[in-house]
Amino acid sequence: MHCDNFVLGGKTLTSRLLIGTGKYGNDALIPEIAEASGAEVITVALRRVDMSNAKGNILRQIPPHMQLLPNTSGARNADEAVRLARLARAAGVGDWIKIEVISDTRHLLPDGYETAKATEILARDGFVVLPYMNPDLYVARDLVNAGAAAVMPLGAPIGSNRGLATREMISILLEEIELPIIVDAGIGRPSQACEAMEMGASACLVNTAIASANDPVLMAAAFGRAVEAGRRAWLAGMGRVLDKGAEASSPLTGFLG
Amino acid sequence: MYTAIEDGFYPELQRVQALDAQGVIRAADAGTVQAALARPVLSEEDFLTLLSPAALPFLEDLARRAQAETLRNFGRGIQFFTPLYLANYCTNRCVYCGFSTKRDIKRRKLSLEEVEIEAKAIAATGLRKILALTGDAPNLTGASYLADCIRVLARHFSSVAIEVPSMTVEEYAMQVAAGADSMTMFQETYNHERYLELHPGGPKRDFLFRLDAPQRAIQGGMRSVNLGPLLGLDDWHADVLAVAAHARWLLRKYPQVEVSVSLPRMRPHTEGGEAQFMPLDVDNTVFVQILTALRCFLPQCGITMSSREPAWLRDKLLPLGVTRVSAGVCTAVGGHADAARQSCATAANLQANTGANENGEDKPQFDISDDRSVDEMAADLLALGYQPVFSDWLLGGQGADQLTGGVNQALGRS
Repeated sequence: MHCDNFVLGGKTLTSRLLIGTGKYGNDALIPEIAEASGAEVITVALRRVDMSNAKGNILRQIPPHMQLLPNTSGARNADEAVRLARLARAAGVGDWIKIEVISDTRHLLPDGYETAKATEILARDGFVVLPYMNPDLYVARDLVNAGAAAVMPLGAPIGSNRGLATREMISILLEEIELPIIVDAGIGRPSQACEAMEMGASACLVNTAIASANDPVLMAAAFGRAVEAGRRAWLAGMGRVLDKGAEASSPLTGFLG
Repeated sequence: MYTAIEDGFYPELQRVQALDAQGVIRAADAGTVQAALARPVLSEEDFLTLLSPAALPFLEDLARRAQAETLRNFGRGIQFFTPLYLANYCTNRCVYCGFSTKRDIKRRKLSLEEVEIEAKAIAATGLRKILALTGDAPNLTGASYLADCIRVLARHFSSVAIEVPSMTVEEYAMQVAAGADSMTMFQETYNHERYLELHPGGPKRDFLFRLDAPQRAIQGGMRSVNLGPLLGLDDWHADVLAVAAHARWLLRKYPQVEVSVSLPRMRPHTEGGEAQFMPLDVDNTVFVQILTALRCFLPQCGITMSSREPAWLRDKLLPLGVTRVSAGVCTAVGGHADAARQSCATAANLQANTGANENGEDKPQFDISDDRSVDEMAADLLALGYQPVFSDWLLGGQGADQLTGGVNQALGRS
């Protein structure tokens, strides 16, 4: 396969699957999951990080070669997201930040306005900003203008495993937005991740579907391969789809040469 | 005289209490139970149906759905916290409580130095979430004493919750400024008349002031509120419906706030004799029914499981919807440091039952059943396929301090 590296935030990645660290029954599984998935980027909620507590420090489980993507889970507005990001940088966990601004604990949908505000402030501060968002074209344009490094539209409500419920909206972003599109949240099955990649998404972030599987390590491997298959399919260029009927593989006018 | 908050929960409570709950429960049959179980979003009628005797043959189905909802929304992490009893002075006369003003127990409050000693002993177990409690004694352990204690606790914990008498918005704001981020308030019973019987005197007798307390706490800046009935004080169907309605109402009115529910079952208080309170029985089967039905009705709502329940039962209940448990619990004032070398709860029970401490008179508020230490609980949880979550800080507290220092070392990077 020809070179198809994924450049994100100035870093060259070979895997287009990003994984998370939430909802596991045992964080000690994380290194194995990371390896099986092939992912090189891993997101972790800053609220789960506790440098002072060996028992509670999830960072200890993250393989050193991986790009850490801290997220602002728990932030309810732009100010809180900005504070969290700056704390993370001051603590030495790097310049990458996934913005999650959620002020609805029931549906957990991202607040587009506050997300754009936080993105603008942090991008100006030199962060690599990856905002989690509703696949709304106007919000996506705001995020582009605010200096985001990619946009991360949700496929379905977070944790829902319902797949690409927002397929039509994501396809509009894929058409209009030049930044990498990373489908985040809601992907429940490898086939759905594969479909997102077939559509032209740059990458997928998957957490719940792996964490809630009976065998998370095996599921991580399945997602790694599904994302790769979808990417190859997109690169290959999909054959056209007929509205109805069938068509012979040798067209009738083939004899004309 | 307190006037209820104008856009408060009371009218909604009256609406819910006017529903013909017993009628729905009586009318429930296998068909309505199965229909309720199949509905993606449950109505109040569905919820009552799942609480009916007709749902008992479907308890396994209910448990399966509750488990799936919990895994989807919360995963396999269980938050750990422990209560810290700051004081047991109390001017209330709750007829069922070990701290009631009528009980002959030694009263004390921790000095700030003692709070620090307790905090260190607890923090050394790895816990980062603390729940500070006092009795109701405004002159001795009122809002300013509490705020002083919270400032000490916030240096040792990433999240400080309070379970104290109802306060005004300004007093809650004072606790938030001191470093608190969460409040717990058990209405105990939502039956106004029964409430007055159980609280014959003291400031707590004001039913509406207590009912509005979670809302005032939110208005004062709390990020998280935890509600609860005391199961066994009154008809549990009515109280469970009311607490669920309360939680849902708060979630809708304040979508940014984390709302959770505790389901404490009343246990007899520690003091025997004439005044001993005998709660109405909520047996284990009904308890599972309540827990799982609540999870299905409010899939995103946190559920806290008390150490009142024995260890074996807590282990069985965890997968059915629980998201937060107390660990290393001691309900005696100043019990954590005393118990640093042994199970905290064992020490508290020793104090209570044998008078083994120097005064021989300290007694816990209620007897606990699950006396496992933090490490023991963590190990048991891992064996069940779950893991303890110690760190889950909110920006309201001092959790940000957790991020400082030693990061690269912890990551194994240069």
